[in-house]
Amino acid sequence: MKILVCITHVPDTTSRIAFTDDNTKFDQAGVQFIIGPYDDYALARAVELKESLEATITVLHVGGAEADPTIRKALAIGADDAIRVNASAKDAFYVAQQIAAVARDKAYDMILMGRESIDYNGGQVHGMVGALLNIPSVSPVMKLDVESGVAKMVREIEGGTQQVEVPLPLVAGCQEPIAEWKIPNMRGIMSARSKPMEVLEPIDAEEGTSFVRFELPPAKAAIKMVDPNNVEELVNLLKVEAKVI
Amino acid sequence: MSVIVFIEGDQGTVKSSSKEAVAYAAAMEQKPVIAIALGTYSEEELSALGNYGAGQVLHVSSEQLDEGAIQAVASTLAQAVEQHGAHTLVMAKSALADAVAARVSVLIKASLASNVVALPDLSDGFRVKRSIYTGKAFEEVNLTAERRVLTIKKNAVAITETGNSCQVEAFDPDLQQDDFKVNITATDKAAGDVLLPEADIVVSGGRGLKGPENWQIVEDLAAALGAATACSKPVSDMEWRPHHEHVGQTGVKVSPSLYIAVGISGAIQHLAGVNSSKVIVVINTDPEAPFFKAADYGIVGDAFEVVPKLTAAINSAK
Repeated sequence: MKILVCITHVPDTTSRIAFTDDNTKFDQAGVQFIIGPYDDYALARAVELKESLEATITVLHVGGAEADPTIRKALAIGADDAIRVNASAKDAFYVAQQIAAVARDKAYDMILMGRESIDYNGGQVHGMVGALLNIPSVSPVMKLDVESGVAKMVREIEGGTQQVEVPLPLVAGCQEPIAEWKIPNMRGIMSARSKPMEVLEPIDAEEGTSFVRFELPPAKAAIKMVDPNNVEELVNLLKVEAKVI
Repeated sequence: MSVIVFIEGDQGTVKSSSKEAVAYAAAMEQKPVIAIALGTYSEEELSALGNYGAGQVLHVSSEQLDEGAIQAVASTLAQAVEQHGAHTLVMAKSALADAVAARVSVLIKASLASNVVALPDLSDGFRVKRSIYTGKAFEEVNLTAERRVLTIKKNAVAITETGNSCQVEAFDPDLQQDDFKVNITATDKAAGDVLLPEADIVVSGGRGLKGPENWQIVEDLAAALGAATACSKPVSDMEWRPHHEHVGQTGVKVSPSLYIAVGISGAIQHLAGVNSSKVIVVINTDPEAPFFKAADYGIVGDAFEVVPKLTAAINSAK
């Protein structure tokens, strides 16, 4: 069994979001980059399944060398080897085509990734990869088991869940509680240093979008405090001032 | 050339977010648009989409599509786009729409923008504004392909009702066995509740409520407001409430008109899921709770005293 886990390299969830260069560049000052939290769930589940499925896990990232420490962390968590497609990730379609090109070449049984990245929140790449490879894609996946070549999954839907069974190969966009995040131990960190990391040049690929600019939301007006013994005032404010009830 | 809007429903009732998607498409086109609904609906329910700007509804009345098989839905939408020569496919953001939109965009060679928050700027190409960094920022992008797929967030456009109804026609896609590789074996859905991503008002509880047995005050307030209930991540992690109610960075992102947070301190990861709400009310015993900085109205007080009083005040103001 060969599992491919695609990871993003994104600002930590507590990062202050700011832009420079006339709102065209993300301000990296003081920002810590991490494995995308959803991708981290996908990786953790792959590591949990590794032994029972006698699987090898390859971690894939589309991006520049600045992500190498993030990729090493994924190796320390339990991936066997890594591939970095050396390209700036222009948009979801561009990234999906790079992933599909790698996957076509190496014939993975499962391609796992997060349901979305936490920077662009597109949630697009897994479906695009599935369509490009003409294999099923399922998202958001909360549980994943594999029995005799069939993936048994629980997918979240509005107000509940859905159980699905899909023959391999497939693409899955993962989310909690599919697995517990894994913290790399010292042995993992040491062994990650010698695990193979292949750097591939990107294939020629089109983009579907062209970036114009970023924008921050307007600042919130100051809060109005209401006396706990006068909740009628809050009801009145919501009715008359905010007009939301 | 036209626009097609993907309609989703809940047990034969069209979701309000899908009505918004029709209104969005009609406002963008400045003329009636085509809607497509898959699965079991009454003709009356679908023809009422005329009220939101549909000029025609395509109905694929197949029980096989009731549960939203991702690939089959994507293939159906792609065929509808081809047959009607549509330039844009619009859908309301949802778990299904997210999974389907990306597949369709590849099938019909379209540019895809998800989490769109406003009508497009058509003055020079096709420019949209979308939410990024989990609601902490926006980006504007040009969609460069000749076709586009958009998923839109709640409250992206104000609904104008036309009072019209429209024709419903059968649509018969050519689906292959391969389209049903994702075999849905069971669906488990809470019946009768207001769906969280659809809700215009959300009442959310956190660890401050001290245990799942105390959720009645949240449910009573939600019932008084016709709201959906939600919770913070710790609450869902401790299984006080189901995961689909978890709002935040790694949970559901909501953009209701009113979000009421009870006993939630407001960690940055929680705020990421709610910061697109129009109005935020925070009720917390701790005046230093960070959530107050992100709120419009606040009450410092004990939820077990304040919330029942608030419920009573809302009921008596009706």
